[in-house]
Amino acid sequence: MYFTMKVCYNGATMSEIYFDNSSTTKPSKAVLEVVEKTMTEDYGNPSSMHKKGMDAEAYLKNARRAIADTLKADPSEIYFTSGGTESNNWALIGTALANQRQGRKILTTQMEHPAVAEPCAFLEKLGFEVGKIPVDENGTLDLETLEKMLTDDVILVSTMYVNNEIGAVVPVEKVAKMVHSACPHAFYHVDAIQAYGKYRIRPARVGIDMLSVSGHKLHGPKGTGFLYVKNGVKMNPLIYGGGQNGGMRSGTENVPGIAGLGIAAREAYTDFDAKIDHLYDLKEHMIKGLMSIDDVVVHGMPGREGAPHIVNASFLGVGSEVLLHTLESHDIYVSAGSACSTHKRSGSPTLTAIHAPQEEMASSVRFSFCENNTVEEVDETIRVLREELPRLRRYRAH
Amino acid sequence: MYHTYLIKYGEIGIKGNNRHVFEDALVKRIKEALTPVDGEFNITKERGRIYVHCEGDWDPDETVEALQHVFGIVGICPVEVCPADSYESLRDGMLAYVKNEHPGSDETFKVKVRRPNKDFPMKSPDVEAELGHDILENFPAMTVDVHHPQILFDVEIRDVAYIYSKIIPGPGGMPVGTNGRAMLCLSGGIDSPVAGYMIAKRGVTIDAVYFHAPPYTSERARQKVVDLARIVSRYSGPIRLHVVNFTDIQLYIYDQCPHEELTIIMRRYMMRIAEHFAKEDNDLGIITGESIGQVASQTMQSLLCTNAVCTLPVYRPLIGFDKEEIVRISKKIGTFETSILPYEDCCTIFVAKHPVTRPILSVIERSETHLTEKIDQMVEEAISTTETILVQ
Repeated sequence: MYFTMKVCYNGATMSEIYFDNSSTTKPSKAVLEVVEKTMTEDYGNPSSMHKKGMDAEAYLKNARRAIADTLKADPSEIYFTSGGTESNNWALIGTALANQRQGRKILTTQMEHPAVAEPCAFLEKLGFEVGKIPVDENGTLDLETLEKMLTDDVILVSTMYVNNEIGAVVPVEKVAKMVHSACPHAFYHVDAIQAYGKYRIRPARVGIDMLSVSGHKLHGPKGTGFLYVKNGVKMNPLIYGGGQNGGMRSGTENVPGIAGLGIAAREAYTDFDAKIDHLYDLKEHMIKGLMSIDDVVVHGMPGREGAPHIVNASFLGVGSEVLLHTLESHDIYVSAGSACSTHKRSGSPTLTAIHAPQEEMASSVRFSFCENNTVEEVDETIRVLREELPRLRRYRAH
Repeated sequence: MYHTYLIKYGEIGIKGNNRHVFEDALVKRIKEALTPVDGEFNITKERGRIYVHCEGDWDPDETVEALQHVFGIVGICPVEVCPADSYESLRDGMLAYVKNEHPGSDETFKVKVRRPNKDFPMKSPDVEAELGHDILENFPAMTVDVHHPQILFDVEIRDVAYIYSKIIPGPGGMPVGTNGRAMLCLSGGIDSPVAGYMIAKRGVTIDAVYFHAPPYTSERARQKVVDLARIVSRYSGPIRLHVVNFTDIQLYIYDQCPHEELTIIMRRYMMRIAEHFAKEDNDLGIITGESIGQVASQTMQSLLCTNAVCTLPVYRPLIGFDKEEIVRISKKIGTFETSILPYEDCCTIFVAKHPVTRPILSVIERSETHLTEKIDQMVEEAISTTETILVQ
């Protein structure tokens, strides 16, 4: 059989190594508990007049406050959504539609996730003009070009904070300043789906008008997320109905999900500095290990310039998916490209934007960590790579 | 609404003394096809006709769709059933039928009556004339055209009378289970599910074999093949699917044999393993989706080389088809959308830039002698670790 049981150096078997935390994370215990409680005991509809409704509403309030605290924002600025994709769609389409009389130009970057790129394509069909800010080979945003792109008719600028594929970081504070000084009427939206929980974000102070966050990237439940909307931002709802969330996002609230999200947000910023240091240690250790293997190219920004939890590397001569399944046979889970787009054969948007050569694109794999990962897991992964790569490189189409 | 469908079957009507075997098989297949459909169905067989009587809360569209998956059915006719005790009953049934089925029609029509029940007091031509007269009187916009009618009303007077004017086409063919069984080589592409469909259409029960090559092919590619087998099984009935792990054999061939011969040699081993399972499953042949010249491994020379390892006949129902013709069938039977999902299959992963297109059998056989050391053991290993699943 091809698959063999994974045995460590000491002969003991090791449990799974999950290095795909940028795709999704394992929900924490406290999250599980609150989700269960809101499904078994406090299952009321928060809009109901009776006590059951009040009990359920309390979870929403607590979650809203917990999240607002992490951003030093007002609770009224937090809107719960079904996740990052909805937050991004709403921020882009809702703001564009509400402000089209001011202008019809939107700026975004060349390396956005489809959850931003596709709503932009939709707005283009509606007649909006979308400009894409270029990035260099590390994923660094070209601020000089941005300066020139910031014309009077720009109503909305949307950038990611941390790139989901290579962990490149956008200097959101600089971008915010540039946007607001050049275009006083424009709003700045940040897709912080890979950044929230990894960076301390102060939207009001920095000049971020809208911020998208997804719950399941930070040990929260899937199908949860929020959009921070600074008070005073003019935007339309996307979802109409019973008028929940002040009419901005109708539909009975996902109480278990939101309660879980609130807990996850609070946990993400507990022992924050220690966690981030640990993630950078893992990253550094991983990169060191990778550099000791032949023909490996690591993408993204070096050291603390890049995000703490993402390492993207190309293993020349090996197809990404083949390497992924090989690691899988050792119970090591990683991503090939962006998980949301593995079914498409088209190249990854980020690697295309940073002009990675075809050979690097076809062989790129993403390792993404969470605070529960260990240095031993990194060592084991490097060991497996060293063991498997020679064979994988021997058998190839030619 | 009609509570009965008349099932028309073509070829099986001419099978002489075996006729009841085919009819019984068809009734059985119809029962199986209708099991998941809402409602209750009573299937009766009388003198060269099969009727499906529907009771309870049933959905006509769902029922017809299920019947369209049963090989052996040529046409499905929604019929009005009325008592055959007098002309008046017949007339009332006919007028109700026209009103429901052809409301506001100004088309031309003809009435055709058959009268196996000779106790009915009027002769067929007289019934035709009278019914025509009554339709004209009640639906003045309609006119008679006995040569090229737009609507042909068929009336059959038996113990009761059946009236119908529409024939919904069925898939044709013969009921599955009346023609033995065969082993389908299923790859996950467009062709092989169509090949399986076509052989099943001739009444053959299908078993299948799939070769997967982890980590070069993914779990999703395997799932895709299971999904394809499930779509085909809606026509063919349950499919026994053997999933063979082929990686080691493939890598060994890669190491030992000329690279441009890899695909041919690989396919020869696939055929050998397919034949092993075919014999185990009492199959009478092997089915592939090959078509002459489609790819390097399907030239006449290549087919000769892969064919040479089999003792069972290899059926290739698509052999003379162009790709577009195959695509058309795969869209019709519903496998196309699944077939084009972009997962790597094991035939393409190590494919050479210039594979041999005119392999010579003796040369290939000589190359295979390089495998003698380990190959038998590897084939045995692949067979013993094969996973068999029942897809339905």
